[in-house]
Amino acid sequence: MPINYYIFLSIALFCIGIVGVLTRRNAIIIFMCIELMLNAVNLLLVAFSKMHHATALAADTATTAGTDGQLFVFFIMVVAAAEVSVGLAIIVMMYRNIHSVDVNFLNRLKH
Amino acid sequence: MQNALHIAWLIPLFPLLGFLINGLGRKHLTKSLIGIIGSGVVLASFVMSIWVFMQVRGGNTHVAEYFNFIKVASLKIPFAFQVDQLSSLFLLIITGVGFLIHVYSTSYMHEEKTEHFGRYFSYLNLFVFSMLLLVMGANYVIMFIGWEGVGLCSYLLIGYWFKNTKYNKAANKAFIMNRIGDLAFLIAIFWIIAKVGNVNFGDVFSFAEQNKFTSADITIITILLFVGATGKSAQIPLYTWLPDAMAGPTPVSALIHAATMVTAGIYMIARSNILYSMSHVTMSIVAIIGLATALLAATIALKQNDIKKVLAYSTVSQLGFMFLALGTGAYVAAVFHVMTHAFFKALLFLGSGSVIHAMGGEQDIRNMGGLGKKLKITSATFWIGCIAIAGIPPFSGFFSKDAILLSAYEKSPVLYGIALFTALLTAFYMFRLLFITFTGKFRGTHEQEHHLHESPAAMTIPLIILAALSFVGGFVGIPEAIMHGGDKLGEFLLPVIKPHEGTPVSHSTEYALMGLSTVLVVVMIIAAWFKFKNYQRTEATGLGKVLENKWYVDELYDRAIVNPLSRFGGFLNGVIEKYVIDGVVNGVGKAVNYGSRQLRLLQSGQVGSYVLLMVLSMLVVFVLQFFLRK
Amino acid sequence: MNVTQILFWFLSVLALFSALMVITSKNPVHSVLWLIATFFAISGHYIMLNAQFLAIVNIIVYAGAIMVLFLFVIMLMNLNKSIEPQKSKWLKLAGAVAGGCLLLVFVAALKDSEVHLQSAEVNTGDIGLISNLGKALFSTYVVPFEISSILFLSAMVGAVVIGKKE
Repeated sequence: MPINYYIFLSIALFCIGIVGVLTRRNAIIIFMCIELMLNAVNLLLVAFSKMHHATALAADTATTAGTDGQLFVFFIMVVAAAEVSVGLAIIVMMYRNIHSVDVNFLNRLKH
Repeated sequence: MQNALHIAWLIPLFPLLGFLINGLGRKHLTKSLIGIIGSGVVLASFVMSIWVFMQVRGGNTHVAEYFNFIKVASLKIPFAFQVDQLSSLFLLIITGVGFLIHVYSTSYMHEEKTEHFGRYFSYLNLFVFSMLLLVMGANYVIMFIGWEGVGLCSYLLIGYWFKNTKYNKAANKAFIMNRIGDLAFLIAIFWIIAKVGNVNFGDVFSFAEQNKFTSADITIITILLFVGATGKSAQIPLYTWLPDAMAGPTPVSALIHAATMVTAGIYMIARSNILYSMSHVTMSIVAIIGLATALLAATIALKQNDIKKVLAYSTVSQLGFMFLALGTGAYVAAVFHVMTHAFFKALLFLGSGSVIHAMGGEQDIRNMGGLGKKLKITSATFWIGCIAIAGIPPFSGFFSKDAILLSAYEKSPVLYGIALFTALLTAFYMFRLLFITFTGKFRGTHEQEHHLHESPAAMTIPLIILAALSFVGGFVGIPEAIMHGGDKLGEFLLPVIKPHEGTPVSHSTEYALMGLSTVLVVVMIIAAWFKFKNYQRTEATGLGKVLENKWYVDELYDRAIVNPLSRFGGFLNGVIEKYVIDGVVNGVGKAVNYGSRQLRLLQSGQVGSYVLLMVLSMLVVFVLQFFLRK
Repeated sequence: MNVTQILFWFLSVLALFSALMVITSKNPVHSVLWLIATFFAISGHYIMLNAQFLAIVNIIVYAGAIMVLFLFVIMLMNLNKSIEPQKSKWLKLAGAVAGGCLLLVFVAALKDSEVHLQSAEVNTGDIGLISNLGKALFSTYVVPFEISSILFLSAMVGAVVIGKKE
């Protein structure tokens, strides 16, 4: 498949994630949108990895070029999992304190 | 043996050292040590000056460049000294008379605290140093350094008793008046640099001699230099500082008025005589201003009652005579008069100091009288000084004044007439002063009468020396008519000052003029004797009152210049400063304050709005990058 | 259009539609479910790109563990009703416009980029296979791999500390 298709698909998913972050007030939904954006990037990384592999294959049939890209995706997933665990703990904590997950109540930053 | 000329830089160095030692050590040295150092360094300079003078007389002159004072692009101004006939003569006057005044001061200022005594002598030494720098400088810039230096020192010395507000104001007046002249001098220097590209005397004069200046340039330069000279040498319209400068201690007045400072203007014009000779317009202006100043100051001096004020106006008047000589092209006569004037005016000032000393600080001559019996040496020397300034042969004043009158006559009989009249006034007011002070009955309090005493030797010896010089000082310039080859001074100065052109008058006319002036002066003295031998206090009326109030010139200046300026200053302070400048400054503060108050609202603390802004910023960055890449 | 292309378009439309539903659903539970659908679609793309390992990890870790965690939290807080107070219309519009503009700019910028002539190989290639990735992971990337375990440990500790009741 032409790489362009993957690029535009990823951009579309990423921008949907951004719109979600901007328009929603529920902290959990915002968090989910961030996951969506991460996945859009992951998809692009895999697509580039395969593109790179295809290019390198022309010169060397035994090449393993492109492995790095997929391992990056793996690490991103690792980090995302850790992030989710901490993030959700924070949201739970916040809910326990203010009985809401509305980010508009979190305006302490201006102080 | 040219060595003396090569170490001529020692001459100004000695007073500088004295200034540093006395200035820095004034709290630690004793009075006698300060006096010895202060006078000793000037004596050393004087000895050096004599040595240098001998060398110069032998025909040696010397220009020494020590280092580059200013070097910008093609402009190179060296720190250079020039020792030639003119400067060596001035060196002698400055250090010689200066030394006597220093010696006199050690006694006169003895009542002062040690610390102030040291301050006084350090100022005096700095003054002498500046003046030496002024006359030894080999270009206009070095001359200007000394020029500014004497201005500063005059300020310091006039305001020596700085706790008195009136004296401080007098010091300010002197300084500010001088600044006006200095500005003109500075512009003249710039003009010369712009035209010649150099300020060395030699280069400028040879440039002028090759007729490379346009006549407009030369007129402007000479007039600007002359304005500078009017400030320093107290000519109309900048003369009013000088009588006020009497606020300083009396030896300072002697130093300022006799040996240094006021002669700077004469020296500068005499030094630039080549330039002046090329501009007839300037010459006429100089002559007229000089004569007008001489006449004005002489009339004011007629009615002054302060012993020092009379002498001050007499100085202004005599300086006017010198400028008249310069303006008529008789540079030698001017320099001659500077020299003789230095002798008899220093004598008169120091004599008046002796009188004031004896009177316990009293300066009003209406409270004196009959002092001749008590102050024998002072009164005798004062007599000599008065005869000398009045111009009775063979005292020194006669020869120099006669030379000036002669040159005025050669120029125009009208100038001569006014100058002669002024000379007669001079004789009249000087003898009025003499008779009121030293003859008749004592009019002061009993306490003062009891206190009267002759001054100590440190004060009388300089008086005696100066009296001797006032007597013999004129013999270096005996006119040709009396003795062939008698004009030693003119011959000596020939390499520096070209003899003035003019229609020479016959010897018989010269004799007639001399006889006329002498007879009239004697008549004036006799008139003064009858009028003032038994002086009684009277209130001045009519013209006398105007004269007593100095033609109201100070009041005129106040009305015309000082008050408008101070009102303008008040306006700037009250309106421009308060509303415009402060308004702008405070306005900037208020605007920033208001702006940040508004910008602060952007910090809502809402994470959502932050993210929105972040996205928008990213957008802008991407768009910019996108377009810029194209 | 061959099967591959049909599959690509289908998965793409599914992913985009699900993603849109994630951000438009009122009910958070629905959002979570649509997000899982999106992840499945993306996993489908991974399989098409012959990255089976990542596809499986994506489903197990993301769609399985993480999304279950989300659901769990939502259920726990009893947020399954659409109780969320809405943002003002203007802010929503501004957010949407900003996101749309970003999309536009990205597309405009990358439309003519040099890579658009190349293609990603589909269905072939064995770099995405677990044996290949495993070799790289335990040789070249062994240090980051070990560090990630520390990251997990600290994340776990962090979550426990934050969630602990005082």
